[in-house]
Amino acid sequence: MQSGSRLERVLRSGRFAVTAELNPPDSADPQAVYERALVLAEVCDAINATDASGANVHMSSVGVCALLTRAGYEPVYQVSCRDRNRIAIQGDLLGAAAMGVRNLLCLTGDGVQAGDQPEAKPVFDLDSISLLKMACIMQNKGQFLSGRKLEVPPRFFLGAADNPFVPPFDYRPLRLAKKIAAGAEFIQTQYCFDVPRLMEHMRAVCDLGLHHKAFILVGVGPLRSAKAAEWMRAHVPGIHIPDAIIQRLKGVPDKNQRREGKRLCIEIIEQVREIPGVSGVHVMAYRQEELVAEIIQEAGLLPRRWQSHRVNTIQSEEAN
Amino acid sequence: MFRRLQDHPHFLERFYEATFTALKPFQRWLTPDSPGERLFIQLEKLSKGAIFDCQMCGQCILHSTGMTCPMTCPKNLRNGPCGGVRPDGHCEIKPEMPCVWVQAWERSRRMPVYGDEINLVQPPVNFQLRDTSAWINDFHQQQAMTPKGWEQCRADLG
Repeated sequence: MQSGSRLERVLRSGRFAVTAELNPPDSADPQAVYERALVLAEVCDAINATDASGANVHMSSVGVCALLTRAGYEPVYQVSCRDRNRIAIQGDLLGAAAMGVRNLLCLTGDGVQAGDQPEAKPVFDLDSISLLKMACIMQNKGQFLSGRKLEVPPRFFLGAADNPFVPPFDYRPLRLAKKIAAGAEFIQTQYCFDVPRLMEHMRAVCDLGLHHKAFILVGVGPLRSAKAAEWMRAHVPGIHIPDAIIQRLKGVPDKNQRREGKRLCIEIIEQVREIPGVSGVHVMAYRQEELVAEIIQEAGLLPRRWQSHRVNTIQSEEAN
Repeated sequence: MFRRLQDHPHFLERFYEATFTALKPFQRWLTPDSPGERLFIQLEKLSKGAIFDCQMCGQCILHSTGMTCPMTCPKNLRNGPCGGVRPDGHCEIKPEMPCVWVQAWERSRRMPVYGDEINLVQPPVNFQLRDTSAWINDFHQQQAMTPKGWEQCRADLG
């Protein structure tokens, strides 16, 4: 263990980890980031800063991470290959490491067509796996991809994503093995709404022994309503929501659907906790951040160890 | 019509093996920027274009990707499918197109010689090799196909 990551420490100590996603603001005001972080920090071990997810532009992930480390929070810096080439990304990795970022999540990224500026040029100079390997080379060999020496290499706890819920299903565990070979030490999965599918995937993952080589955090999140679920399924790439889930939401009156979505999320957390090889959960609640704390608490995942320390830090920062 | 050949990946891997062996004795003449290369570029455009919809990246790894060209993936992914594949196995970006990697994976299972090369971690593409002959690069430009700092690795399947 050399990255200095708190998330890594939590996972290596064998505790069930909780991470949560921060939706970056459409704002140049740092306070917008701190307000969202304050809600999340008390209930999780690390906060993911998304990188223009769904190809919609927001405050950059490196900017959000810089603000978070300044306030003593533990960010997971998400980097996607859609918008930047290898030159830009290597520079950003050094910058992020210099600002105290210790967790990196390497993603391929949604296509530009998914966002509100589909006319943009997609970059994809790297893919998630070559990005992982590149980060690994920078920190282990102390070199850029070109072979040029780094004076001080960055140190990250390296992460990757996994989507067990889309085809080709029998290749997904092998792709995960490839990510681990390229340097991934932790994995955060796409939203899980299909526990049986996840169990099948995890069986294959455990058969390959991958759960001993990387910590797997399962992505979960509340559905706001049956309508929102249908919209997500149709418009957000890579999200699989079984019909049974949508039927269940439809089965309750509109005004109670939000509560039912939250209850469903808690049930899923309780189920995935029992699956062998699962080391934690990653809570994503798009535009429902206020629910994250309730979900984590009601799922019995509190207290988180770093809570008090971090709150003190932020309060003293604010006092200054 | 030629595209159908992709569904015979075992024949194609045999063909790849055979041409590589057949051309090896001539590699002295088949160098980058030679008249030989200009001829090869045309040959590759015609043959690989017809069969694989070749994008002329100049660094062919078809035998490692189930005889399915990864450069036809809208994200140019060379290391496997992204997480956006649709439930019907089609592409996130072009819904009418089957995912290149769903096809690559299926075809690789029918390739006893090179099928397991799908587990190799592929380096990023060298854009300087665009529109050059991949066959000639296979003999002479191996180094250019991987960045200097790169390390070979593959999925460890226990």
